[in-house]
Amino acid sequence: MDSLEAQSAGLAAAEVSSVELVDAALARIEAADATLNAVVGVRGDAARAEAAAADARRSAGDRRSPLDGVPLLLKDNMVQQGEPTTCSSRILEGFVSPYDSTVVTRLREAGAIVLGRSNMDEFAMGSSTEHSVHGPAHNPWDTGRSCGGSSGGSAAAVSSGMLPFALGSDTGGSIRQPASFCGVTGLKPTYGRVSRFGLVAFASSLDQIGPIARTARECAWILDAIAGHDAKDSTSIPEPAPRVSDALDGDVSGLTIGMPREYFEEDGADPEVVSCVRAAISELERGGAKLIEVDLPHTPFVVSTYYLVATAEASSNLARYDGARYGRRAEGVSDVDEMYRRSRSEGFGDEVKRRILLGTYVLSAGYFDAYYRKAQQVRTLVRADFERAFAQCDVIAGPTYPEVAFELGSKQDDPINMYLSDVYTVSANLAGLPAISIPCGLVRDLPVGLQLQGRAMDEATLLRVADGFQGRTDHHDQRPPGHLGQAAR
Amino acid sequence: MQRITRQDVERTADLARLSLTEAEIVALTRDLDRILEHADQLKDLDTESTVPTAHAIVLPTPQRADEPVPGMDVESALANAPLREGSAFVVPKVIEGEES
Repeated sequence: MDSLEAQSAGLAAAEVSSVELVDAALARIEAADATLNAVVGVRGDAARAEAAAADARRSAGDRRSPLDGVPLLLKDNMVQQGEPTTCSSRILEGFVSPYDSTVVTRLREAGAIVLGRSNMDEFAMGSSTEHSVHGPAHNPWDTGRSCGGSSGGSAAAVSSGMLPFALGSDTGGSIRQPASFCGVTGLKPTYGRVSRFGLVAFASSLDQIGPIARTARECAWILDAIAGHDAKDSTSIPEPAPRVSDALDGDVSGLTIGMPREYFEEDGADPEVVSCVRAAISELERGGAKLIEVDLPHTPFVVSTYYLVATAEASSNLARYDGARYGRRAEGVSDVDEMYRRSRSEGFGDEVKRRILLGTYVLSAGYFDAYYRKAQQVRTLVRADFERAFAQCDVIAGPTYPEVAFELGSKQDDPINMYLSDVYTVSANLAGLPAISIPCGLVRDLPVGLQLQGRAMDEATLLRVADGFQGRTDHHDQRPPGHLGQAAR
Repeated sequence: MQRITRQDVERTADLARLSLTEAEIVALTRDLDRILEHADQLKDLDTESTVPTAHAIVLPTPQRADEPVPGMDVESALANAPLREGSAFVVPKVIEGEES
């Protein structure tokens, strides 16, 4: 009983209580996290009390949503009142949030139980969950390999059966790539679909919160709980979010799936990964979808564009960590400038410093037009690519990542190489589009992700295709070797 | 062509209020140079008449009624202060030569 769907059904049928689910999750974290390091903090007593309240409420006939009574993890960059938020950074050492993020408020309204916080790359900057003050998280499929990042702890926790679902955040692939590495389903909604209030900002025009679970159907339930306008986030979409779970009918017939030529010609992608993804897309064709080739001609430029835009925004957002009001202040400082410099230099890790520096450089006098403005212009061209493609197709399909999970430490010395592998994921952020990674098979005993990208605002069609695929296949039912849930199933 | 010099890194670090070690300066000079070398590919694209995108999903500037709502109370706002006194954050002296 490790999936959200199973736990939700068990609760609805009163076969299990929320308190039992919380206790079981705590026991699994206790058993597995010494190896995986996916979880950076639990609130066991508070969660147990909330679970008891949820049990009492549901037995009185008040069941709020399919998430009611189900435990989850928050990525450690979403704040919850009275709880620490570290962003895996030394600079937020000791920080306890004075307020709730909107996603926490909405999850509580839906009856879900926040059990704890998941490991991540520092300030969500990375694709491996190695850049963490808490140490690296490990992939449940092979603990010598990365679980991806930056929402790696969330994906590893769901994959290993610690919890049925988790929230992640995605600025350039940080939900989808770890979902791909760990064999779970991860959704990045349309920019503005989920409020960013209480999400620690990395790159404000790209950041978006989304769910990680086993299936597209579960992701739809979670999105239904957390989506919608929020007056506290001026970039949140003002229209009411449609209930996407209603759109899932298991049928993909009549839909047109676009396969970008550029995604399948990509040099450097693992050929076995590409053929696994091709086979998955053929399954959609067998379900009645029509496959066509489309062009996304600016694909070779998306990584450069992304890293210029994202680091520029990050350098500005991370200026707030100055040691003055919250977080860690360097000791023994004699003037305010030294307080800023030493607090920041001691508090930030290598990858964060690298990105702050790049972002500061591209925004500085003399380079702004050549780099930052240029990247914003190319961002327009990337958006136009997708507009043209979506005139011909309903969903765009391809690999989530050019390879399966890599070995921990194998890319630490080569950040540029790590950045280039984000070629399939960053476009959805640049163009604001919804995108999902779903498990589509194994290569050398490691999971491969199929990425589907959809039209802005149209999570419904995206999830319908993903759900249709999962209705025809069982890749999402595969569990890592020695999976904790196996004994209980 | 080297795009980034050691002096560029030192100047930029100063703007970002970061103090770097010698090893960090060497590594970051190399990394930034390589990243910008790759980014130079964007120069091949004609964007003369392209409008820049700041936000992909274009929304009207939201407006709301001008109604006062309570903000965070002082105790909560100060709860994470590294150093506080009364209702204030305490930081080292900013302006030289003025003793209070």
